[in-house]
Amino acid sequence: MTAKPAKGISFLLKTAFINALVALVLFSLMVGIRTEAGSDGQLTYMTRFGELASLVGIVFGGSIVIELLRQWIGPTGTEKLVPPAIQSGMSFVGRYLAPALLIFTLLVPVIFYNQRYILDLAILVLTYVMLGWGLNVVVGLAGLLDLGYVAFYAVGAYSYALLATNFGWSFWVCLPLAGILAAFWGVLLGFPVLRLRGDYLAIVTLAFGEIIRLVIINWQSLTGGPNGVPGIPRPTFFGIPLDNSDDGLAAKLGIEYSSTHRIIFLFYLILALALLTNWVTIRLRRLPIGRAWEALREDEVACRALGINTTTTKLTAFATGAMFGGFAGAFFATRQGFISPESFTFQESALVLAIVVLGGMGSQLGVALAALAMIGGFELFRGLETYRMLVFGMAMVLIMIWRPRGLIGHRAPTVYLTKAQAISSDLVKEGHG
Amino acid sequence: MDYFAQQLINGLVLGSIYGLIAIGYTMVYGIVGMINFAHGDVFMIGGFIALITFLILVSFGLTAIPVILLVVLLVSMAITALYGWTIERIAYRPLRHSFRLAPMLSAIGMSFVLTNYSQVAQGARVKPIPPFITGGYTLHESTDGFVIQLSNIQIMVVMTTIVLLAIFTWLVSRTRLGRDMRACEQDQTMAALLGVDVDRTISMTFVIGAALAAVAGLMYLLYYGLVDFFMGFVAGIKAFTAAVLGGIGSLPGAMLGGLAIGLIETFWSAYFSVEYKDVAAFSILIVVLIFMPTGLLGRPEVEKV
Repeated sequence: MTAKPAKGISFLLKTAFINALVALVLFSLMVGIRTEAGSDGQLTYMTRFGELASLVGIVFGGSIVIELLRQWIGPTGTEKLVPPAIQSGMSFVGRYLAPALLIFTLLVPVIFYNQRYILDLAILVLTYVMLGWGLNVVVGLAGLLDLGYVAFYAVGAYSYALLATNFGWSFWVCLPLAGILAAFWGVLLGFPVLRLRGDYLAIVTLAFGEIIRLVIINWQSLTGGPNGVPGIPRPTFFGIPLDNSDDGLAAKLGIEYSSTHRIIFLFYLILALALLTNWVTIRLRRLPIGRAWEALREDEVACRALGINTTTTKLTAFATGAMFGGFAGAFFATRQGFISPESFTFQESALVLAIVVLGGMGSQLGVALAALAMIGGFELFRGLETYRMLVFGMAMVLIMIWRPRGLIGHRAPTVYLTKAQAISSDLVKEGHG
Repeated sequence: MDYFAQQLINGLVLGSIYGLIAIGYTMVYGIVGMINFAHGDVFMIGGFIALITFLILVSFGLTAIPVILLVVLLVSMAITALYGWTIERIAYRPLRHSFRLAPMLSAIGMSFVLTNYSQVAQGARVKPIPPFITGGYTLHESTDGFVIQLSNIQIMVVMTTIVLLAIFTWLVSRTRLGRDMRACEQDQTMAALLGVDVDRTISMTFVIGAALAAVAGLMYLLYYGLVDFFMGFVAGIKAFTAAVLGGIGSLPGAMLGGLAIGLIETFWSAYFSVEYKDVAAFSILIVVLIFMPTGLLGRPEVEKV
């Protein structure tokens, strides 16, 4: 981008005026007119010119502000020099952030013992951290764009729910089973998509996610259809129930029973599962298979030329990611006590994917922080249920424009040549060159 | 046999609507190389704008059906085209030289924005309109009383699709814009060097795709008599399936794929089960991609190292 001379006020006003005009046309019918079904079932409409005018005004003002900001910040694409003091400060924070966060997370139930709301929220955040880490194996490490991750979450949840309600199996037996079943489905999905890449892969995984959801809705005799599965047993402390009975954990330990115990147990359960996911991922990354995933992400053709079996590499990535999704699903089922297909829509997949991308695909810490930011941000908009997804969508677009490589940073391959050669990015783009 | 013929008619009509949406997908994929995930929602916006224009015209006491149809068609095409232009400008253009996933994720975000924007602006309820174009022809009546119906609206949908396709084919193959589009599809850098305004061409691609989606939205509104804010998602995936089935990047392929998906869905509902019609359509997408990754009319993708 060439540096342009600073533009005058007339340019500002002209841009803002054009933007406002476009906004006026865009919003004229959709916002200016509100359709409503009348008492006789006929549609009627009323005008909302006030809202329309204020929206157009916002666009007018907003474009002036954005244009001013743009001139103030300067042309995009220039490298900004960060003072060394800040750089070393950043690296200091970067080094100690993860352990600090982990210690804080471990202490959350102690600090917020009486605040049920915060504990519930923390469990929710950790569930998404786990899902994010699971999907990170597929998207961040192996570079396979998966838009149907929620399918494995659903498989895990329904596996546990159905096994537990029909056969009365305990959570600790079902948890590995749910993971294995989800991994099995991951392989099943992996087979057909082995030959696909990029966008095709995305759309097939999306279709797969929808197929699973539609089958769950329609296979009423097994899954209860849209009514879901109620009465899923709560988890036990390795066989000891966490309730008010004489066999309960509280009675055995001789302490007074409190319903918070179960919440705290769930909290540490999901924390353990999430940390397991993280640990396995970090370990796998150092094994040949992890190296192969990263190589596959960087360049599939080169991978094949080097004799890496892309079939097994892709399948293991899918299976591993799916297995963690299945674990998270089983946890979700036991925590909720009730599951229905509504929890497994495409929006969930997109949310988890957004967490992985915002976290800077491949970065474990980034994913955790992104999950915290996303779910926390969602909670802020709890009162405005309808605006929530609108804001979420806008945030996704804006972040892609602003920091397409993620908020936290992006994980470079674990192994690389120490002496990097500067070559144009045009030469290394996928499918070109 | 009569039942089959009736389903064939229904399937062709549905397929025409899918085909019109699929063209938008395939054009954008051909030129920019991205899946415009928000395209299904552009179709939904087109339906809504058609509905609102229709309501306003009727409340002004206009009764001449051809006039109403023409005005609704033009207004919804124009405004939806502006939506397409704005979306490209805001969400895709800044990302054109970013990494591959970026435009796709931006498109998913845009799709959420559009869905929820129309939910906030117009409410979550289904918006019905009274039957507008009525009447039709009885093609054949069998001895057991089964009648093959061909309604006027069905004729209109198919005719409009054919006319639009003719205009569109002319546009791509005979005009300056069409030549620019094909040039950009082959090599953007080279096209730019030879004086093609790449940005403008890409913008126009989105505008044309959105205008065709608006027509599809209007047809959907007239054919089914309702619109709702969520209809873009499923229609979008199916239209994309159609584009892939026909061979993404190929315009006749998109139409062919649209017809195929429409027919498959209709026959599946008619002979097997209505509940699993979407499962059937999505399974076909997966099966096609396994055995024919380039679709029916697509060119094989050559991978250079």
